[in-house]
Amino acid sequence: MVVIETPRSPRSRKSAKFERYGWLYMRISGALLLVLIFGHLIINLVMNGGITQISFAFVAGKWADPFWKIWDGLMLWLALIHGTNGMRTIVNDYSERPMIRKTLNIALWVVCGALIILGTLVVTTFDPCVDPSVSHTLSVCK
Amino acid sequence: MPTKPAGTLYRGKTGMWSWVLHRITGVAIFFFLLVHTLDTALVRLSPKDYDLVIATYKGAIIGFAELGLVAAILFHALNGIRVILIDFWSKGAKYQRVMFWVVVALALILFAGFAPRHIANVIHDIELGY
Repeated sequence: MVVIETPRSPRSRKSAKFERYGWLYMRISGALLLVLIFGHLIINLVMNGGITQISFAFVAGKWADPFWKIWDGLMLWLALIHGTNGMRTIVNDYSERPMIRKTLNIALWVVCGALIILGTLVVTTFDPCVDPSVSHTLSVCK
Repeated sequence: MPTKPAGTLYRGKTGMWSWVLHRITGVAIFFFLLVHTLDTALVRLSPKDYDLVIATYKGAIIGFAELGLVAAILFHALNGIRVILIDFWSKGAKYQRVMFWVVVALALILFAGFAPRHIANVIHDIELGY
C-alpha cells in the first residue's frame, strides 16, 4: 500500500525555498526561452532556405557577431537548466525508491553541468579558421 | 459512497490532458537538446564532421522528424504561457479551458505556416543528395 504524507506536513525550510525558486525559474526561463527559441527557429529553419542553409560556414557567419554568441549561450544555459529541472520533477513524481530517485537526479545534473561547460567552451573559444582545408573559403581566414 | 470529483483543474478533461502533453513534449525536447548540444559542439572540433552530421538533419528521416520537434516546441512554449497565466493572472484558473484551445489553435496555425515550407526545404535537399 502506498502511504501518502499528511498533506499539510511542512517541508524543511531549505527544501521549500529551493522548490519555490525552482518554480519561479521555470516560469521566467520559460518565457525567455519562448523568445530565444522562436527566434532561433525563424532564423535557422524558416528564413533563407531554412535547413538547406545550415553548415559550418553558416554558424561561423552567425558567430562572427557577438549578438548571436550571447543569444546561443543564453539558450544553452536557460534551456539545459529548464529541461533538467523539468526532468527532476518527473523523476520525483514517478520514482518510488529513494536510491533510484537520488541516482537519477544526480545523473541529470551531471549531464546538465557537463553539457553547459562543453557548450560554453564551444561558444566562447569558437575559431572559424580551425580547419584550413575548409576555412580557406571563409573571408575571415584569408 | 464516493462521488465523482467535479471539474477540478487536473482530473480528466483539458486540464489533465494539457498537463500530460506538456510532460511528453518536455521530455522529447529535453532529449533533443542533449543531442543538439553535442552535434553543435562539433563546430569547435571539426567543420567537416559538423557538416556531415548536419547532413543527416537534412535527410528524409530526421528532416521529417523535425516536424514533430517543432510541433512539440510550439505546444510546450504556448502551453507554458498558459501555465504562467494560470499562476499569475487572477482569472487564469477560470479561463484555463479556453486558453487550452487557444494554445492548440495558435500551435496549429504556426505549424501550418512552418510545415509546408520545411517539407519543401527537406525535399530540395534530398534532391541535392543529402
